[in-house]
Amino acid sequence: MSTWRKLLRDPQAAVTGSILILIFAAGLSTPLLAQHGPNESDLSMVNAPAGTPGYLLGADESGRDILSRLLHSINTSAVSALIGTGVALAVGVSAGLVGGYFGARTRAIAEWAFNLVMTFPGLLLLILLMPVTGGDYRYTMLIFGVLLSPGIYRIVRNLVLGVKNELYVDAARVSGLGNARILGRHVLSVVRGPIIIAAAFMMGASIATQSGLAFLGVGSKEIPSFGDMISSGFRNLYVAPTQFLWPSLLLGLITASLVLLGNALRDTLAGSRPQPAKVGQGQRAEVTPQPPAAADPEALLEIRDLTIAYPGPGGQPREVVRGATLAIHRGQTVGLVGESGSGKTQTAFAVLGVLPDEAVVTRGSIVFEGRELIGLSDSEMRPLRGKQIAYVPQEPMSNLDPSYTVGAQLVEGVRSALGISKSEAKTRVLALLERCGIADPERTFDSYPHQLSGGMAQRVLIAGAVASRPKLLIADEPTTALDVTVQAEILDLLRDLQAELNMAVLLVTHNFGVVADICERIAVMERGQIVESGDVLEVLRGPRHEYTRMLLDSILDHTAPIREASR
Amino acid sequence: MTGPLLDITDLRVAFRPRGFRARPLEVLHGVSLQVGAGETLGLVGESGSGKTTIGRTVLGLVRASGGSVRFEGREIGGLGARQRRALAKDIQVVFQDPYSSLNPSMTIGDILTEPLVVQGATAREARTRVRTLLDQVGLPSDAADRLPREFSGGQRQRIAIARAIAPEPKLIVCDEPVSALDLSTQARVLDLFIDIQRRTGAAYLFISHDLAVVRHISHRVAVLYRGELVETGPAATVTSTPEHPYTRRLLLAAPVADPIEQRKRREARRQLTPHPTT
Repeated sequence: MSTWRKLLRDPQAAVTGSILILIFAAGLSTPLLAQHGPNESDLSMVNAPAGTPGYLLGADESGRDILSRLLHSINTSAVSALIGTGVALAVGVSAGLVGGYFGARTRAIAEWAFNLVMTFPGLLLLILLMPVTGGDYRYTMLIFGVLLSPGIYRIVRNLVLGVKNELYVDAARVSGLGNARILGRHVLSVVRGPIIIAAAFMMGASIATQSGLAFLGVGSKEIPSFGDMISSGFRNLYVAPTQFLWPSLLLGLITASLVLLGNALRDTLAGSRPQPAKVGQGQRAEVTPQPPAAADPEALLEIRDLTIAYPGPGGQPREVVRGATLAIHRGQTVGLVGESGSGKTQTAFAVLGVLPDEAVVTRGSIVFEGRELIGLSDSEMRPLRGKQIAYVPQEPMSNLDPSYTVGAQLVEGVRSALGISKSEAKTRVLALLERCGIADPERTFDSYPHQLSGGMAQRVLIAGAVASRPKLLIADEPTTALDVTVQAEILDLLRDLQAELNMAVLLVTHNFGVVADICERIAVMERGQIVESGDVLEVLRGPRHEYTRMLLDSILDHTAPIREASR
Repeated sequence: MTGPLLDITDLRVAFRPRGFRARPLEVLHGVSLQVGAGETLGLVGESGSGKTTIGRTVLGLVRASGGSVRFEGREIGGLGARQRRALAKDIQVVFQDPYSSLNPSMTIGDILTEPLVVQGATAREARTRVRTLLDQVGLPSDAADRLPREFSGGQRQRIAIARAIAPEPKLIVCDEPVSALDLSTQARVLDLFIDIQRRTGAAYLFISHDLAVVRHISHRVAVLYRGELVETGPAATVTSTPEHPYTRRLLLAAPVADPIEQRKRREARRQLTPHPTT
């Protein structure tokens, strides 16, 4: 499995995993390695130094073989880890599955019970219960497992709540699967990764707690344990300093390895977090910018031979845009049409200078008002972006910050674009909101994004985009997430604003109807190449390229004959 | 058997919002519709109209607060878990999002055999059936050993269709099954739906926001607006000469891929509704 291979390749996981395997394997082979019993004392060997024949690491204050005691302590800690973690998992996972999956009442009961458990003072409780457990560390660990379980319960419950509403769980329910089967097959597989990670940490906690209790001298003295050994080593610190060293070293190694392994597991299983985009560098380009030669004098924006590549799976660059050429004149609306993966959004992003970090412009040029954009740094791009070139995204909601009011966000944008005072900006924003068809601008100004409908949110974003009277507006599927009736209104708004401000619009869309409604020119993109471009009427009525024809044929016609009733 | 396959009368659904003593929010205000055996009823509406809720009520994923849902003359609105599971053989679903409707950690073979095994098929029978199913939806038979992430959106939707037709249901609830797909894929998947209906005789409750899609696949169309049905009738009538002003607005709002035609539509739409920005 690739997950295993990934884990093996991760040095942290590989090293800590090997250390743990080595240590616990040594523990398992105690009968072979240990020459003495753990509690077998020989008074002639009291505080024997390391290297004494038969006593490789020496003997302790009671003349017991330190090596043998170490090996037995490994087993004690292994058993502690297994019991503690096992109980925590059994209780936490089953309660989490039930509490997350079933109704609110079940969840409330489970929640209450685990909150109660969490209020118990852990270590103190374990010591107080010693008379009940009879000093046996296994019973202590059992109780400790219960004390650990709320953490697991919370992880599992939250994951299950998230998965419960996934469509595939609904589909399983519709397929007639019982709850037990859905929980076992569909839900458990999702919570597996996080549980494995948490288990690694809990094992460390169990071992540390068991040793801690033994160090305090609580519990049976018969059981060899790191804590007990460290405590005895402490007492003999001035007589035989190394006695204290061995158990501390081993305990530290085990718990540290478990924690580091847990971290490595998290990185591998939970997927490494996406690298934060580096700000300030601008997009990467591997072209030597050439002076714009023989440029179209009318063009506001001219894209020539643009090629954008991403690193592919085998290290080979994978080109997502291949030699795209496109020109937009002042005040012109151009539709860039293509199916998903055709590279239309990448082309738009390249103009804005916001390509992701791993993307590289390998060829071509983008000239805006006679200035080459490729190779510009972020700070050189900033005066253009949001002022000369504005952007309207597809998902209006995810492009508004939920924790600020709409007004605050718009004012901030307008101020940074135009450098005007706060009150001026507010007046301006209110006027813009009204212009963009918002009935009650004052109220919308003070609203938070979640209080707006999708159409309203898109109007707000358009208002923000045109605030600086940009020369070019790039709209990436601006109406795809909206209802058709709202889409029609938004297109009307864009059309009116475009005429009013005489701005050019690059409209990225997959919908030929939208292009027909608002665009003068059209460019059709297929797998990174612009296969056909021209006047909208000409292209839509007489497509020359096969791909354009295929797309136009796929449109479900409003006038074509439809299915007859089959009955 | 006489009478419709699915008979919904005066269906009401209310959701209880979070919060102490919050008033329930009614999203369906008494909807009645019928789907005959082997028929496709297209259910059109915009976001928030309640169309998905109707589908989920039929599937037993949402509980009705009033009215009745009858399947083959039998009330299925308030069935217990066990009886509901027995109904899984007859009522199936294809969801909108082909990415979240398939468990990412299960192979296609497991996804398809699971409902069959639950219905009582042996593992061997189920495997044979999976091969037939994959063939029926136009996927190679080696697809069974692969994971959902290896397939494109259109292919995943084919897998979801295969899962739905596996127990040979009488009714399939299709909840926006093509709206996440590309234009060319959309047309092919719709043709697959029509082809499967011809072969298996399953009825569809076909939910969509797109009048053109619904027109393409439906025999009859019902239009839903804010939790109420505003118009029901033969697909040809409702989608070309609708009576209700809302349906007319919906029809004219969808742009057509011809600039001159589209300009005419825009004018017609503006006459129908006062332009909000002026």
